[in-house]
Amino acid sequence: MKRGLVLDDFERTRNRKPRFYEKVIHGIFLMLGLITVGCVLLITIYLIISGIPAIKEIDLINFLFGKEWASTAAEPKYGILPFILTSVYGTTGAILIGVPIGFFAAVYLSKIASQKLRSVIEAAVSLLAGIPSVVYGLVGMLVLVPAIRELFHVPDGASLLAAIVVLAVMILPNIIKVSITALDAVPKEYEDASLALGATPIETIFKVSVPAAKSGIAAAVVLGVGRAIGEAMAVMMVAGNVANMPSLFQSVRFLTTAVSGEMAYSSPGSLQRNALFSIALILFLFIMLINATLNFFLKRDKEK
Amino acid sequence: MNTKRKLYIGFMRAAMYVCTVCTAALVLFLMGYVMGNGIPNISWELLSTKPSYLSGRIGILPDILNTVYIVLVTLIIVLPLGVGAAIYLTEYAKNKKMVSVIEYAAETLSGIPSIIYGLVGMLLFSNNFGTSLLAGALTLTIMNLPTVMRTTQESLKTVPQSYREGAFGLGAGKWRVIRTVVLPGCVDGMITGCILSVGRILGESAALLFTAGFAHALNGIFGALASPGATLTVALYVYAKEEGEFGVAFAISAILMILTVLINLSAAFVGKYFGRRRNV
Amino acid sequence: MKKIISLFVTVMLLTCTLTGCGGSKEAVATDGSTSMNKVIGALGESFEADTGITVTYNATGSGAGIQAVQEGRCDIGLSSRNLKTEELEKGLEGTVLAYDGIAIIVNLNNPVSDLTVEMIARIYTGEITNWSEVGGSDTEIVLIGREAGSGTRDGFESITDTEDVCVYRQELTSTGDVITTVASNPAAIGYASLASVKDTVKPLTVDGIAPSEQTIKDGSYVVQRPFVLVTKADAELSESAQKFFDYVTSGEASEIISNAGVVPAN
Repeated sequence: MKRGLVLDDFERTRNRKPRFYEKVIHGIFLMLGLITVGCVLLITIYLIISGIPAIKEIDLINFLFGKEWASTAAEPKYGILPFILTSVYGTTGAILIGVPIGFFAAVYLSKIASQKLRSVIEAAVSLLAGIPSVVYGLVGMLVLVPAIRELFHVPDGASLLAAIVVLAVMILPNIIKVSITALDAVPKEYEDASLALGATPIETIFKVSVPAAKSGIAAAVVLGVGRAIGEAMAVMMVAGNVANMPSLFQSVRFLTTAVSGEMAYSSPGSLQRNALFSIALILFLFIMLINATLNFFLKRDKEK
Repeated sequence: MNTKRKLYIGFMRAAMYVCTVCTAALVLFLMGYVMGNGIPNISWELLSTKPSYLSGRIGILPDILNTVYIVLVTLIIVLPLGVGAAIYLTEYAKNKKMVSVIEYAAETLSGIPSIIYGLVGMLLFSNNFGTSLLAGALTLTIMNLPTVMRTTQESLKTVPQSYREGAFGLGAGKWRVIRTVVLPGCVDGMITGCILSVGRILGESAALLFTAGFAHALNGIFGALASPGATLTVALYVYAKEEGEFGVAFAISAILMILTVLINLSAAFVGKYFGRRRNV
Repeated sequence: MKKIISLFVTVMLLTCTLTGCGGSKEAVATDGSTSMNKVIGALGESFEADTGITVTYNATGSGAGIQAVQEGRCDIGLSSRNLKTEELEKGLEGTVLAYDGIAIIVNLNNPVSDLTVEMIARIYTGEITNWSEVGGSDTEIVLIGREAGSGTRDGFESITDTEDVCVYRQELTSTGDVITTVASNPAAIGYASLASVKDTVKPLTVDGIAPSEQTIKDGSYVVQRPFVLVTKADAELSESAQKFFDYVTSGEASEIISNAGVVPAN
């Protein structure tokens, strides 16, 4: 009886201790796992809290569709339509230039280039991806802006066009890398079957491989959109930063540069600063939308 | 073959060649332009002194040190967090929904542009710790969390399930299995995550402008963490934009470019080294 | 594995000490106007050489500097414009350190060398759009300005009476940027702190008077604005910050201030 009790106690402590210990560790890892979720929530909440007051004060319709931004005027106007349109046009322009170049280069590298050439160019593309955006801005400011002025005979080269070219270069590596991954994943059998049916290699690539990889390529495009719309520093150095309605050779201001340009100079608690936070909130909403789209394409890819 | 088909093939082939050559030419031009303008401006004096207004000298030593500090502190904080999150996802989480929520959150984090990190970092950290390298490092921690998490997760997936089962079979508890079997197996993921993070930190400017500021003071690590300071990239921005010192800006660009090449090489090396070892 | 755990613990301890040690060392934090870069940099350096106390300078902009003082994130705020009434009401106090001329700059190849204040205003409001109308070559004028909230823009627009009506071609975020842009574009006109103007651009005479220490001091060069040190009226400065404040407002600092290209107030 006594012996049994002792054994029982022994068993209990032996079993309970590790279980408790494991539970604590499980809890710690759970917390670490949830940290990303926490960060996303924190960012969202902070942006909403700081972004809502100005929208309320200005009125959502006036804020989103107002065509004039004059934050420090005696009668301040806070319309961000120019920024939204500039961001949309700028991103579209960058995609129009960057995607075809990136796409064709990716197809070549994935399907035709020799292993050696491919690894060299892939290394070069990785380098392109790793260059800080400020360096792109610097080169754009010193080479591209004067070049545009000379080439198109406009009084000043800092313009939407300059920003589009810089953005197109910046999204190029993303497009190439993600497209290559998607194209590499196309089963060899598809291509073999097409070749056996008498299609030439080029036809096989563009009529079989590319359609098979279209989800991945779409993801590459969406990723490019995300990077282009979120870029601030490089754009700030070449776009001229005036709150004009967008036009190719005009100096323009993007959503991102609107925030970073005036942030340092706005005084705290002022409507101006709050409105900048509201712009950030709008930008954030755009990004969330893009992320959801990206996720959609990636998931579809996985399910296939 | 009819002409239409020939034309199609010819056009596609030409487009591929032109685009690939364009990309390669672009890289060559950027490299050549930045290096050509930058390397002649790099001098020992530039690298080893701090800027002086009285003598009109520019030195980037403080910026180099600030970069080193911020990289160290960010990695020290982000590594346990990211690795822990990855371990939770691969080893503990049983609820599929939870896993997809966490992965979606990580995806979202990596898609948020750095200017938004800058703003939130300013609200969250700079308002508490002051505009300082510490606030910058904490902001960068959130930015790099998904990277470290993803690379660790990838490498955890390659640890064979039989290793874990073997260890469990020998009577090891879960934590013990993680400690002795799982963690050593994902060292390559951690290293890759670190390398990628270093790359991202080196290139970051927008998120740091509002959180870490851009002073060029020479500080020890603790002093630097508590006070504002510019990293190399921020200094590049300041010298190019604010002060019009393009020589210095190009010198920093060239240094950053060289570092980027080194980072890419070491990431490739780590991949190869561990890949080979695993196959043995 | 033990190593990793002990590393982890060290790291945690380290982060604890790190967060704990802020603000304990002797330093004066200044924050604000990008135009004051040179003057504060030089003053900070000589002050450090004399006393061993370091002075940090964070060039964020006048508005941000004023905010930083108010929130206690720095000791002394730097503003390149006078404080607004609402800022004074928030318990802030301004002390004029120096006066700075705002140079009206054009490209070196531009034949125009003198403009009147009225002409400048008409150029910036878009009434005059071609250099030939003011005696230059037949090219469209490219207006370069600063972003909203900049102390330089504030000063320039209030003196030329063009508040909120300027039609800028580019709004740039710093003094250096304006100078660089004007230096590279033959049709550009811009304004920038005289202290920062280099020989890559040509400063214009305004109403026939060239910007210089003398003309700024006697007020004959009209496009000028103050450099202001911003402090909290109700709170005392830290010992080292007070020392710095006394040092820069004393007579011995005036030589350094004028070497930096601006006119000392004392």
